[in-house]
Amino acid sequence: MLAECASLTEAMAVRATIAEAGLPGVTEIVPGARSVLVVAERSALDPVRRLVEAADLQHPPEGSPREIVLDVRYDGEDLDLVARTAGIGADDVIRLHTGAEYTVAFTGFAPGFGYLTGLPEPLRQPRLETPRTRVPPGSLGVAGEFTGVYPRSSPGGWRLIGNVGTTLFDPKATRPALLAPGDKVRFRSVS
Amino acid sequence: MRAVEILATGPSALVQDLGRPGNAHLGVPPSGALDAPALRLANRLAGNPEQAAGIESVLGGLRLRALTSCTAAVTGPAVAVTAGGRGRGTHVPVHLAAGDVLELGTPATGLRCYVALSGGILAEPELGSMATDVLSGIGPPPLSAGETLRLGDPSGIPVGEDALSPSTPPSTLDVELLLGPRDDWFGEPVSQLARAWTVTPESNRVGVRLDGPPLRRAEGFADAELPSEGIVTGAVQVPPDGLPVVFLADHPTTGGYPVLGVVRAAALPSLAQARPGTSVRFRPSSTVWSE
Repeated sequence: MLAECASLTEAMAVRATIAEAGLPGVTEIVPGARSVLVVAERSALDPVRRLVEAADLQHPPEGSPREIVLDVRYDGEDLDLVARTAGIGADDVIRLHTGAEYTVAFTGFAPGFGYLTGLPEPLRQPRLETPRTRVPPGSLGVAGEFTGVYPRSSPGGWRLIGNVGTTLFDPKATRPALLAPGDKVRFRSVS
Repeated sequence: MRAVEILATGPSALVQDLGRPGNAHLGVPPSGALDAPALRLANRLAGNPEQAAGIESVLGGLRLRALTSCTAAVTGPAVAVTAGGRGRGTHVPVHLAAGDVLELGTPATGLRCYVALSGGILAEPELGSMATDVLSGIGPPPLSAGETLRLGDPSGIPVGEDALSPSTPPSTLDVELLLGPRDDWFGEPVSQLARAWTVTPESNRVGVRLDGPPLRRAEGFADAELPSEGIVTGAVQVPPDGLPVVFLADHPTTGGYPVLGVVRAAALPSLAQARPGTSVRFRPSSTVWSE
């Protein structure tokens, strides 16, 4: 079942509502940018539907989000491009990016890759016209309304502003993904 | 230590169990055996729980040596099986003494054979599963010659000596498909889909890629962009080139191209066995069927 939502905020609220309820028979709750996919036994779909219809989506359950601080070296290849596009200095980019609190809206693209919402307006910029064939692991980028960190080396088109030293995804760990939908994230500049 | 040694892998041999569903919100695909009923059956024949890890062998060519005595069972399409130099069959328990070599020929039809070994393969679980996910690189690397695979302790008695025969994959697959969620992005989706599609060699564990006359978007959707949304196994996604992909177990968890429909889960094993060149016909429906 795919629940279509009017906004990213609403999709996040729907996800939080379903996750909090812990209904039996639900296998996957996969938030998207304007939707939430629920994979469940057929008998579980009606309860999910009723739950979402009855929910106050203006005040979704807060759940128990983790608060994560990631240390960043703000020396990304596109830092100057992002500053120029915003019409500000590179220092201002760092100040804006570290000053905001972000929420993991959804994941995808690669295991542990979180789309973080809460990006200050001047940093909301298009993807690169030509994606890089290889982005190093830990690269911190911005694209549209999102910021995010590449957990591993991959192709990528986001504008890169820095690098995070932390491992974001380790399939052998008890908690494999550092970032899950609903988690709160802040970035801290380190040299 | 109970173990087998891999002598040859054929085109591809991977460790697979029933996968790691429940992690899509972390960007982790379900993975697991593509022809899950075949792996379950192989495990039952070898006396294992159905979810034990076995080997998914593409186009045969697999050879392994038992380092300790064990029971093997091969399922999937019909394929020549020899053990200790003697011809054996598929779909029966095959006893291997220490030193015996089990060898798979090349199946005449179908793609994926499953080999269960009594006790099941032991690998380090990742997110609760030993399955190799080719999209994400989670799970053990593809098997290679010279590698030793540890086996667990046998937990049951091999069963099923009689009356099991392999099924022959058809040259044309009829696949039931539930339209949506984005069928409105395509003009006359039912008639556009009704053509015969052909499985291409680019197909893999991520998806079955089909060739045919490209699907055209409906008016107003020509250049539309879809915000990323969740994807299920069996989703038929249509990228901008108009050639549909039926997603299998190693599919990406979210995607930004429209999903025209979702195939019935019962069709997934036969899609997983469809060789390049196989014809696929979709039978679209807009009412939810009961599984």
